[in-house]
Amino acid sequence: MDETLHDLSAAYALDALDADEREAYEDHLAGCASCREDVAAFSATAAELAFAVEPGTPPPALRGRILEAARAERPNVVPLRPRWAVTAAAIAAVAACVAVGLGIWNVSLHDQLSNAHAQAVQHVPVSGIPGSLVVSPSGSAALVVFSMPSAPAGKIYEAWVLRDGKAIPAGLFQGRPGAAFVPIQGKVPKGSKVAVTVEPATGSAQPTTSPFAVSATV
Amino acid sequence: MARRDLAHLSDEAVVALTARSDEVALAELYDRYGRAAFGLAVRVLRDEALAEDAVQDAFLSVWRGASRFIPERAKASTWIMTLVHRRAVDLVRREERRRTDPLPESEPDSGGPSAADSTWLHLERERVQAALRQLPDQQREALELAYYGGFTQSELAERLGEPLGTIKSRMFAGLARLRELLDNSIDGETWTKHSTT
Repeated sequence: MDETLHDLSAAYALDALDADEREAYEDHLAGCASCREDVAAFSATAAELAFAVEPGTPPPALRGRILEAARAERPNVVPLRPRWAVTAAAIAAVAACVAVGLGIWNVSLHDQLSNAHAQAVQHVPVSGIPGSLVVSPSGSAALVVFSMPSAPAGKIYEAWVLRDGKAIPAGLFQGRPGAAFVPIQGKVPKGSKVAVTVEPATGSAQPTTSPFAVSATV
Repeated sequence: MARRDLAHLSDEAVVALTARSDEVALAELYDRYGRAAFGLAVRVLRDEALAEDAVQDAFLSVWRGASRFIPERAKASTWIMTLVHRRAVDLVRREERRRTDPLPESEPDSGGPSAADSTWLHLERERVQAALRQLPDQQREALELAYYGGFTQSELAERLGEPLGTIKSRMFAGLARLRELLDNSIDGETWTKHSTT
C-alpha cells in the first residue's frame, strides 16, 4: 500500500485525486516526511500552472464581498473557549500537531515544546479522519483535523464524548480545507473516547448516525 | 477604510499581517492575486459566477489559515493559488462542468500586458507557457487535463484509454520535467532560450 501511496505526490499536487484517495493520501502524508517534501516541491510547480492562465477581471464587487465576509467571521485567531484555555504549552502542543500534519514542522516551535508541560499533554489517535485528539491532564481536549470536507448541505458535524456507554454532546463544527481546530466541550476523562457523527444542521441531543471517526480510549 | 500602502512588503509579510486579522492586508493579497485567481477559476469552472464563489472561498481560507502559514515551507503565491485551485476543482466536480479545450496561448507581440495584467503576471505566464510547450505531448496533455480540466487520475485513465499506472507516470514525469524547466528558466530574461534535452 505504501508503495502506491508514495507515487501519488504529483497527482495530489495537481488535485487529481478523488475525495477518498485524497483523504487516504493525507493520512499517509502525516507520517511520511519524504512524501511531504515531494508534495511541497510539486505543489510549487503545480501552482505555476495557475500563472499560465490569462488573468481574469473579477467583478469589482467581489473584493468588497470577500472583505465583508472576512470581517463578519471570527477574528483570525484560534478560537479558545475560556474553559479550554489551559496552559500555553497545551496550545503549543496543538499548534505543533497541526504543523506536523501539514508538513510544516518548524524547529523553533519544536524547541519550545521540549518542556515538561507539553509532555503532559496526551495525543490520542483518531480513526476515520486524518487528525488526532489532544487531551490535557485535566481532561480538557480538542480535536485537530486536516482537510475535513464540508458536511453535506443542511448537515453539521457533531462531536461526542463516549463514556459509560453514553454519548454526551461535545460541540458542533463545520469541515473546511486545511487544518481545523475543534475544542471539545466538557471534559474527556480517562477511559472515555471522542467520536464524530453527521447530524442535522442544528445538532442532535443523541447521535442519529453512526460515528465516522472515533478516537482511541483516552 | 484607511488605505495603508503595503506595496513594499513581500507576499509573505502581507500574509503575516493577514494572520493578525488585518483586513487591509487581506485586501492587498487580493489586489495582488485576485485576477490570477479569478482567471484560474474561470479556466477550470467555465462559469464566472462559480469562479467568483471559488475565489471568495479561497480568500476566506487565506484569512482563516494565515496564522498557520509557514513561509519557510512555501511561497505565499503557491499557497494562495493552491487554495484557489482546490476549491475550483471541488466545485467543478460537483457541477460536472469540466471542459477540455486546450489552454489558449497569449498571442505573441499582442502589445504587452492587458488591462487585467501586470507586467510580472505577463512575464510569468510566458515563462510557464514556454516550459509547458517543451513537455512531451502526452505529459502536457495529462497535466492540462488534470490541472485545468479538474479530472481525477481515474477519470483521465478512462478518458484516454490508458492504464491508471500510465496516467500516474505521465503526471509524475510531466510535473518533474516542468519543475526542471522552470528552475532553469530565469524570470523575465532567458525563458525562451534553454534547450529541451
